Amino acid sequence: MKRGPFRHLLNLSALSTFAFLYAPILILILYSFNASRLAYNWRGLTLHWYVDLFQNRAIGAALKNSLIVALSSTAISTVFGTMVALVMERYDFWGKLPFDALLYLPIIIPDVAMAVMLLMFFVLAHMQLGLITIIISHVAFNISFVAVVVRARLSQFDLTVEEAANDLYADNWQTFRRVTLPLLMPGILGGALLAFTLSLDDFVITFFTAGPGSTTLPLRIYSMVKLGVTPEVNALSSMMILVSMVLVFISYLLQRGGGPKIEML
Amino acid sequence: MINLSPRQRRISLAVLISPSLFWLIVFFLFPLLIVVAMSFGQRGTYGGIEWNLTLENFARLADPLYIKIFWRSFSIAGLTTIICLLLGYPLAFWIATRPPNRRTLFIMLLIVPFWTNFLVRTYAWILILRDQGLINVAWTGPIHAAAVWLAANLPGVFWSSLSNLTAEPLGLFGTNLAIIIGLVYGWLPDMVLPCYAAIERFDFSLSEAAEDLYANRLRTFLRVIFPLTLPGILAGSMLVFIPSLGAYVTPDLLGGARSVMIGNVIYSQFMAARDYPFGAAVAMGLMILMVIGTVIYFRAGVKSTDTVQPVEAAR
Repeated sequence: MKRGPFRHLLNLSALSTFAFLYAPILILILYSFNASRLAYNWRGLTLHWYVDLFQNRAIGAALKNSLIVALSSTAISTVFGTMVALVMERYDFWGKLPFDALLYLPIIIPDVAMAVMLLMFFVLAHMQLGLITIIISHVAFNISFVAVVVRARLSQFDLTVEEAANDLYADNWQTFRRVTLPLLMPGILGGALLAFTLSLDDFVITFFTAGPGSTTLPLRIYSMVKLGVTPEVNALSSMMILVSMVLVFISYLLQRGGGPKIEML
Repeated sequence: MINLSPRQRRISLAVLISPSLFWLIVFFLFPLLIVVAMSFGQRGTYGGIEWNLTLENFARLADPLYIKIFWRSFSIAGLTTIICLLLGYPLAFWIATRPPNRRTLFIMLLIVPFWTNFLVRTYAWILILRDQGLINVAWTGPIHAAAVWLAANLPGVFWSSLSNLTAEPLGLFGTNLAIIIGLVYGWLPDMVLPCYAAIERFDFSLSEAAEDLYANRLRTFLRVIFPLTLPGILAGSMLVFIPSLGAYVTPDLLGGARSVMIGNVIYSQFMAARDYPFGAAVAMGLMILMVIGTVIYFRAGVKSTDTVQPVEAAR
């Protein structure tokens, strides 16, 4: 497959697929600088919509809610997910197989299904829908994602390093704290970053489990989009694209620090 | 964790596992069982739920209206998966055959759209597909003008009919096609990443061996490369098919009244009609369909992994 028309065809198809992936994003960013209120008119460049955006209180409040949800659900699920990853890689116990299935289920279940499950649970448990229920729901799917990423790192773990630490009279806790944990760190950080992104990104599950006053950024964007295409949405969307670029770059730096190759999820 | 006594091991196991076990049972397994039980229940007179055992909700699913929606969702998800595979596999192959240091760069280029908010990515297609969107501005603008000019200056029906066609917007927005475009755009990286992982692990000396044994390139691909990278294809297809089947955002934003999918029905039953038991039955239907799709796919996948030897390929 190295010579001839195949190669050109492959080059062309790869190039056009990348174009397909980036064209909508570039168009969106371009529109966000459009001076015209009507998207199909081009009236020159402006930063007007970005100024509007930073003065919009509703968006500020939504961003605050999003960050509260993302940071707390990431913190909880990173700790729990790392702990459960250690269990799955290092221990054998009765019922490990069904538990493994339960651990994978939140990843593969369609989000609409998970959303209605949680909504019904909260309704029947008479829990007030709000930030707390959103955080609980996000932790419920993020534990599994963190566990997958940390397990990938753990499966490549060289156990002889721990034995060496033991031979040098480190006790179990010291070995874990000084050897195991630092070596696991890229995996844990990768898992945390994934959890943070998924939480910040989630719309469907948040949509079903949010109450009055707990509007997150995706919910805000959704209601703005539903009301109609406005230059402000374009500016907000462009800002979010920028943030995701920064996050990808950070994860790249993390993985370059001796981590395994690009994580799958 | 090497010199733990059996008792210490048991204690540390319990400590490490209990938070996740608690969370997954209380906030995942238990809610799942509630929805399963609810799908056999009835809507109470005042909007509540009566917990009795009836198949009424599932009988309602057999209504042609819902059969049609289920079939539409299944075919939209299937088409999305096929298109993602046709676009994603060559891209994965291309990236995997670049020099190693370049691969990371291209994978990052792939992940940036993937990590961008799904709503934002769907919204971008509204800007492109709607009647005043980019495609239609070009279609009814410069393309129309060119067609009119050509129709006036050249003989033949083609140009005049083109100028008639371009007078109206294409009406892409709100169709099944718009949904498929949105879904392909949303889930393409999910297909490329597992395929890439499989192709990158592939030992290219095997394809050289097949070619040495006089297999042509197509045969080498079909009998050696394809079967050996099939696990990646299967994983990628599942990662695309399942969220596409349960899609809510894409059909809601890009689709119209005639392109409703299962996700929209579930939403309207829970949030608008408040018929929880029927909504639960629809959600059950979605999960059953998901399992059926997965089983068919993996059965087909296992059958085609029989021959992987380069020697076989040459025959």
